[in-house]
Amino acid sequence: MKIKSPKDFWAGLMFIGSGLFFAIWAVAHYQMGTAVRMGPAYFPVLLGGLIVVLGLVIFVGSFAFEGPAVPKFHFRPLILISLGCVLYGYLMKPLGLFVATAALVVVSAFGGHEFKWKEVLILYVILMLFSWLVFVRGLTLPFPLCPDFIANCPIR
Amino acid sequence: MELFASLWMGFVVAVSPINLLYAFIGVLLGTLIGVLPGIGPVATIAMLLPVTFNLNPLAALIMLAGIYYGAQYGGSTTAILVNIPGESSSVVTCLDGYQMARQGRAGPALAVAALGSFFAGCVATLIIAVAAPPLAEVALKFGPSEYFSLMVFGLIAATVLAHGSLVKAIAMVVWGLLFGIVGTDVNSGVLRFTFDIPELSDGIGFVIVAMGMFGTTEIILNLEMKEKREIFTSKVKNLWPSKDDFKRAWPAVLRGTALGSALGILPGGGALLASFGAYTVEKKMSRHPEQFGKGAIEGVAGPESANNAGAQTSFIPMLTLGIPGNAVMALMIGALMIQGIAPGPQVMSEKPQLFWGLIASMWVGNLMLVVLNLPLIGMWVKLLTVPYRYLYPSILVFMAIGVYSLSNNPFDVLIMAVFGILGYVCAKLECEPAPMILGFILGPLMEENLRRAMLLSRGDPFVFISPSKPISLAFLLASLILLVMVGLPAIRKRREEVFVEET
Repeated sequence: MKIKSPKDFWAGLMFIGSGLFFAIWAVAHYQMGTAVRMGPAYFPVLLGGLIVVLGLVIFVGSFAFEGPAVPKFHFRPLILISLGCVLYGYLMKPLGLFVATAALVVVSAFGGHEFKWKEVLILYVILMLFSWLVFVRGLTLPFPLCPDFIANCPIR
Repeated sequence: MELFASLWMGFVVAVSPINLLYAFIGVLLGTLIGVLPGIGPVATIAMLLPVTFNLNPLAALIMLAGIYYGAQYGGSTTAILVNIPGESSSVVTCLDGYQMARQGRAGPALAVAALGSFFAGCVATLIIAVAAPPLAEVALKFGPSEYFSLMVFGLIAATVLAHGSLVKAIAMVVWGLLFGIVGTDVNSGVLRFTFDIPELSDGIGFVIVAMGMFGTTEIILNLEMKEKREIFTSKVKNLWPSKDDFKRAWPAVLRGTALGSALGILPGGGALLASFGAYTVEKKMSRHPEQFGKGAIEGVAGPESANNAGAQTSFIPMLTLGIPGNAVMALMIGALMIQGIAPGPQVMSEKPQLFWGLIASMWVGNLMLVVLNLPLIGMWVKLLTVPYRYLYPSILVFMAIGVYSLSNNPFDVLIMAVFGILGYVCAKLECEPAPMILGFILGPLMEENLRRAMLLSRGDPFVFISPSKPISLAFLLASLILLVMVGLPAIRKRREEVFVEET
């Protein structure tokens, strides 16, 4: 047996795995109920089963039909962009808007093709001012501006 | 003449200064972001959705609709000027529009696209006003089994029209349904798939999913490619089409409008299919088919009118049935639900001002699009010269602000990142995210209606196909026919041909 369509092979595995997970988790933790009075597990099990079947069709098909290879994963943008967003979220409360924005801009800029400190710095200042003036001052979003440890934030 | 009375009421609401302002902001923002390459209407709306949370429902919808047309039009602008379709439905605009731009006729191409879209928008608005009320009346008689079957039909239609593998598209829909039911089960109060994370007990916010799968994924994919763009900034000089251009363009606009309006109503149809269909029709009808692909103005006018008409009439199933026909409409329904309005046929009778105001504002929005865009084309072109390395961090900042402001919770941003990664994996495996978003919105609704239908029928699964429920039976039969049709090798091949032009 040779895998003829790697994209379908992995997609099939992905769907089978997730379907099994949803169905088994639902059966193990929630009540099935009956067709008349469906319990919380009924619909997820139905869907989980369906997705396993669909995944199997894709999986089996990957041995029968030619298909393209899976394109290369570019981990640098993938990781840095995701990391930048997560940092923004988790730095907001302890360190405030200005630091969080800096983290997002700098980290995501590293995910690009070229990185020039001067450009990134200018971009940061513009975006920081924009977020502050438009979103915090203008739309009154309740974002903290200064880090937590500064008791009296001089900026408003 | 109730229709005109209702329309009049709608116009009175829509032209109030504050609503005009929101329509204007929506169209402007939509165009601004839609012009940026690689960001289509779905990503644009997902990004800007949080901005509308503080508005009243009508203002929010007006602004979102404005963003939608704006982004759609912005996508055409980039298609013509830089050969980058901002969204899938302007792919065909690239073919002739870009060639026109290379011949120094970017101005007429952009103007014809704008005027054709405006005409199509006017016609489609009228169609909505005429067709929506009777449809809503029918929909009010729907019981749970009809609704369930209708949703099945809508989802199947959406997957059939998605490109790529049909089985994968259906699997993505089922994924969406599953992600949609995460959270507290309304019937039993049981927390499902929350893994003891308190933030998940309210379910996953669909804005977050949409931003992850369409926003961050898009950025990561764009960063993989090297920047290369060719822009004809200097050549956008004389804007106005010549007399001959008009003569060739207007029949194409008429045909495009008719085709687009019809296809837009179908669930899953909308702008994409309309523009492809219109291009094929124009090429067949033309006396100079050899000019197509080399800068034929009909090849811009037809598809552009069609995709705007289709974009507009795809509001019909959303407004009357509460069923989204495409990902944009799924976002609109999400916006309505966030505003505390359950979308469906009752909206028209319970909130006539909202309903007719939105319809009237569509026309207003289309007018604004023309007024705004004809003079601003030069500016949009300049915007395209901004390198992507400045653009994407800015987009990320706005998305992060939007998601964080939903509930001031970093967890939401984390979920967005997770769905961004999932979207990336899906893109690599050629699994389309749009069907998933549809499923995501419909998941809880579908479960609810399935439960009710089964309760009413005392657990008889044949209730959906029993002769006593002809509407439900018809929807399921239609879904089956669609599936079989696409499954048949001959049609499958044709469908692939239609989409081949995209890559």
